[in-house]
Amino acid sequence: MHPILTLVAQRLALGVLLLFAASILIFAGTSILPGDVAQQILGQAATPEALENMRRELGLNEPPLTRYLSWLGGILQGDLGTALTNGLDIAESLGARLSNTLFLAFWAAVISVPLAIFLGLLAVRYKDRWPDKLISGVTLTTISIPEFMIGYVLVYWVSIQFGWFSSVAIINDSMTIWQKLNAIAIPVMVLTLVVLAHMMRMTRAAILNVMQSAYIETAELKGMPMLKIIRKHAFPNAIAPIVNVVMINLAYLVVGVVVVEVVFAYPGMGQYLVDHVAKRDIPVVQACGLIFAAVYIGLNLVADIVSILANPRLRHPK
Amino acid sequence: MRIPVAALIGLFFTTLFFLAAVFAPLIAPYGMAEIVGDVWEPPSDQFLLGTDSIGRDLLSRMIYGGQTTIFIATAATALSFITGSVLGFFAAVSGGWVDQLISRFVDLIMSIPSLIFALVVLSVMPTTITILIVLMGLLDSTRVYRLARAVAVDITVMDYVEAARLRGEKIGWIIFRETLPNALSPLVAEMGLRFIFAVLFVSTLSFLGLGVQPPQADWGGIVKENKEGINYGIAAALYPAYAIAVLCISINLVADWVLNRTTSLKGGRG
Repeated sequence: MHPILTLVAQRLALGVLLLFAASILIFAGTSILPGDVAQQILGQAATPEALENMRRELGLNEPPLTRYLSWLGGILQGDLGTALTNGLDIAESLGARLSNTLFLAFWAAVISVPLAIFLGLLAVRYKDRWPDKLISGVTLTTISIPEFMIGYVLVYWVSIQFGWFSSVAIINDSMTIWQKLNAIAIPVMVLTLVVLAHMMRMTRAAILNVMQSAYIETAELKGMPMLKIIRKHAFPNAIAPIVNVVMINLAYLVVGVVVVEVVFAYPGMGQYLVDHVAKRDIPVVQACGLIFAAVYIGLNLVADIVSILANPRLRHPK
Repeated sequence: MRIPVAALIGLFFTTLFFLAAVFAPLIAPYGMAEIVGDVWEPPSDQFLLGTDSIGRDLLSRMIYGGQTTIFIATAATALSFITGSVLGFFAAVSGGWVDQLISRFVDLIMSIPSLIFALVVLSVMPTTITILIVLMGLLDSTRVYRLARAVAVDITVMDYVEAARLRGEKIGWIIFRETLPNALSPLVAEMGLRFIFAVLFVSTLSFLGLGVQPPQADWGGIVKENKEGINYGIAAALYPAYAIAVLCISINLVADWVLNRTTSLKGGRG
């Protein structure tokens, strides 16, 4: 087999192993913690009968390993279990919400990725002059505020004071694509601002790192214009780190979505997860946690593989 | 030693916030949970920032809230530094399978986003301040671990560490007397960033209703309590956002200065 294929296959296997380990961790996090889970769910006032029922429903009378294996077995067959609070099938409730979440994350990514790379290049081009300082200042500010607060600041200024766009993002299947986009305009702005800041700063750092190489200095010394140096020498070498940065930030985006969905009452997976954490609905929390972890691990895996493909130096581990 | 203006501004505001947190009961004009006026009164001489969703003085809530938020973030940062750096040094000094074991476990924890992991754990744990601190501190210690280990790996190949080993010093001596003093400055700069992360994290959890519980005030909770007001053009929920922004930017400025002054580790901090 081609050596690169072997390397990629190794990474994929590692990803699957990691996901498997993550499922153990998530299951353990909700099972082996001190204290009686049934008591936690029902509160101190619960009768012994109710506690016993709850334990039976959660399968708490069986050993943890048996419970884990049956949970994992169910998931591998596409059965995520039923929610404790309303008895609905989790996989069914999740389907539509997952696609809503991806819809939101997709538009945020479409806007933020090109913008971040452009701004990163701009900041390098005008390093230590006012465009660089302005961009750095603004991104430093957005990094320093939690997502949900950026959300409310934007709602207050854009939606309430100026009357643009809607302050809640409720979408359903009967809406046209334009109505949907109008509804998610502010959440997309919030996510863009948050991810853009991280992505732009990391892009800037990655390109600056390349710019300190000897071949760039040579190009400078032979009098090549700055933009051409960036285009012909810096950018090709910076692509791998930039793709890496983009993937890491897309993974970050998937998590940022959780909070933003709660702010805008958006019917996605994040809101579903947070709701059910408060209700202590453990099967739902486990299922959502695992899906978020899977997406996160998957995107990081893609970042890894892309860097291996793009940078021959990484193909030969020391 | 000349301190740049940006770092001075950062130091000034950081000190201000910490002093306000420590002396909150002396500064706050009203009690933390005292209902003193109508719902969402506009700012006036009596209530400098107005009142909140059930008529408590917003300025007092903000000051007490800052106390809670800063206290939790400080405690979590301290815990994450002690755990993370001791484990990181231990792994680097020991090497071999000990290093492999701890590093792979940290990789595993970092493969699940912190927020998601915290939500999973909080679905079965009671949300008390102690549990929040322990949870955030341990989750964040993974990042400190990576930095501490990376720095310590470079130090452990130095001659003076080799000399100490040959003298027959114990591992504790090598960690605390040889490695720690030389690894301190990058760790101190990182501390600022971890503290900011802790502030954002605890505010987010409180906002989601899974952090500090009412009537205890904290910045994330104040947003949650007053968010309905936004739709009527009442800015009460925005004050915590401004406060967090000022605090975090100030600490960033100080951390940048420390980092620039003491190490060559620049850029790529995300």
